[in-house]
Amino acid sequence: MIRLEKRAQPSQFWTFATPFLAVIMTMIVGGIMFAALGSDPFEAIRTIFWDPLFSEQFAAYSRPQLLVKAGPLILIAIGLSLGFKAGIWNIGAEGQYIMGAICGAGMGLAFYPSESFLIFPLMILTGALGGWAWAMIPAVLKVRFGTNEILVSLMLVYVAENLLASVSSGLLKNPDGMGFPGSRNLQQYPAAANLEIFQGTGMHWGVLSAFIAVIFAYVLLSRHMFGFQIRLTGEAPRAARFAGVNTTHIVFLCLGLAGALAGMAGMFEVSGPAGQITIDFNSGYGFTAIIVAFLGRLHPIGILFAGLLMALTYIGGELASLMLGIPSAAIQLFQGMLLFFLLATDVFINFRVRIGQGHVA
Amino acid sequence: MDLSSINPVLLVASLMVSATPILLAALGELVVEKSGVLNLGVEGMMITGAICGFAIGVNTGSPVLGFMFAAFCGALLSLAFGILTQYLLSNQVATGLGLTLVGLGLSSLIGKPYEGIKSPTLQKMELPFLSDLPIVGPMLFSHDPMVYLSVVLVALTWAVLKFTRAGLILRAVGESHDAAHALGYKVVRIRIMAILFGGACAGLAGAYISLVRVPQWTEGMTAGAGWIALAIVVFASWKPWRILIGAYLFGGVTVLQLNLQAAGAKVPIEVLSMSPYLITIAVLVIISARGNHGAPAALGKIFHASR
Repeated sequence: MIRLEKRAQPSQFWTFATPFLAVIMTMIVGGIMFAALGSDPFEAIRTIFWDPLFSEQFAAYSRPQLLVKAGPLILIAIGLSLGFKAGIWNIGAEGQYIMGAICGAGMGLAFYPSESFLIFPLMILTGALGGWAWAMIPAVLKVRFGTNEILVSLMLVYVAENLLASVSSGLLKNPDGMGFPGSRNLQQYPAAANLEIFQGTGMHWGVLSAFIAVIFAYVLLSRHMFGFQIRLTGEAPRAARFAGVNTTHIVFLCLGLAGALAGMAGMFEVSGPAGQITIDFNSGYGFTAIIVAFLGRLHPIGILFAGLLMALTYIGGELASLMLGIPSAAIQLFQGMLLFFLLATDVFINFRVRIGQGHVA
Repeated sequence: MDLSSINPVLLVASLMVSATPILLAALGELVVEKSGVLNLGVEGMMITGAICGFAIGVNTGSPVLGFMFAAFCGALLSLAFGILTQYLLSNQVATGLGLTLVGLGLSSLIGKPYEGIKSPTLQKMELPFLSDLPIVGPMLFSHDPMVYLSVVLVALTWAVLKFTRAGLILRAVGESHDAAHALGYKVVRIRIMAILFGGACAGLAGAYISLVRVPQWTEGMTAGAGWIALAIVVFASWKPWRILIGAYLFGGVTVLQLNLQAAGAKVPIEVLSMSPYLITIAVLVIISARGNHGAPAALGKIFHASR
């Protein structure tokens, strides 16, 4: 008989090992899935995980893409991880990302065609504010009325998507766009464009912000009182209450930071890689970032690597659909499976597997 | 705007159709939550049910087979959730989210070849005498069998939970799994069964959207209905009859805003389209402002029988 025995201490080894185990399991099951779809599993896995980085043919294009895709994922996941650590489930990052993009782009477009160097910083600020404000809705409702933040933040994603549809064919529509929906292209507006800091690396201001956010979150969690209180609230809510942790502050802090970071990610995306506000501007980063946060063990450094890995699956997935005709939805499933296997293998962190009859204690 | 183009009889009839998927999904989730498990994967199970039912419906030409297969697929997917949360003791919130992501990916992968096809749909079931009543007949008694089935299922769930031993055990497990375990009930097994029921209901709900309500397959067609079902469970304070009220209210809002869009109301379409979600938030606020009445005490807690 197989049974689980609780460990006295969470296993350090398995905390590090399970993400790798989950990736390997996903590769195996994903390979079977690709085989079922009619492509060579080994070639598919190689196309996704190896070719974007090391293939002579594609690496020149796809290496910079790695940072472009990882930037928003890391930025959002860092914010989410703070909340998840405290047991505050903000799963509406997608909505906060959209609102950040709308507000940031709106600010930039309001000053069109000014060339002041202040415009871009101002856009970052309004982007962050937009995301923050959107995340404050579930925060205020949770604190004031005890409303479930999972459902409210998620409902607001759909509201934000409708707002996006509205502004892209209304308020922010390009007046010179000959009636097509979508805003002006910010890439062609130098004062508001989020350009690469180093040419050809994919390193734009959003990626830099993501790295800064990683360092900031690391310091916050390991060196600051608020970080300690966040961890305490998540791991021992009762102890946190006795220790005088102000739960209201934690809710506002976690949701607010997550919203601001997601909003910034949206703003960097709209002024950089995406270029303009369109009806289908959002691409699911807000949901994928949830996987990134868990895969990175809710730890800033882990999230950095998880973000890069998840970006790799995005780029590799595009490559695989281009080269091998694997549908892009397969990659979405692949990412979902990764989270599933991770959660399944996480059992080893807190439990020991015992085979055979146990002794009666 | 021409409000007279909105026919109240048709409005109520289409309200019942649009409420049925949410009703089914919410009812399944109610049973799951009554057993103390929070499955946030309703959306994923619904959309998987939608495409599985649609695929079988198109290939066999039988919507009934489609519904049965959808229920099976929903249950299968929920079994993955059950194994993870009950045997591998994973966090229920995270696992439920994962289930939704998996379901969305899986459905769009399966659904690619089925885009733009029309499916066979359920025939309306005329009830003798009742369907011939004036006004009330076309309003309430001229629907497809799934609408009636969903209402019957509400009554059954209510009766089972309230009057039977099985219902009592289920509720006991949801209120205090340790006490139920001490009494010798198989907590994990009971919860797995509840999760399977929830999955099957969500699968049926999804198939209802793709086989009856639309009837077509488009990617992401559930559009948050699974999440709204979760909200309705909270709205209903975990009581089956209130699920019926909640789902029909919500169906009413959806149908009304669609009718207003069609009638050319002077409100932007986006505002109308977002209204169901905004109203859900408003309702959640009102309900939770009164306090958290009726939530099973062990909801979302991990059960591990230590010796």
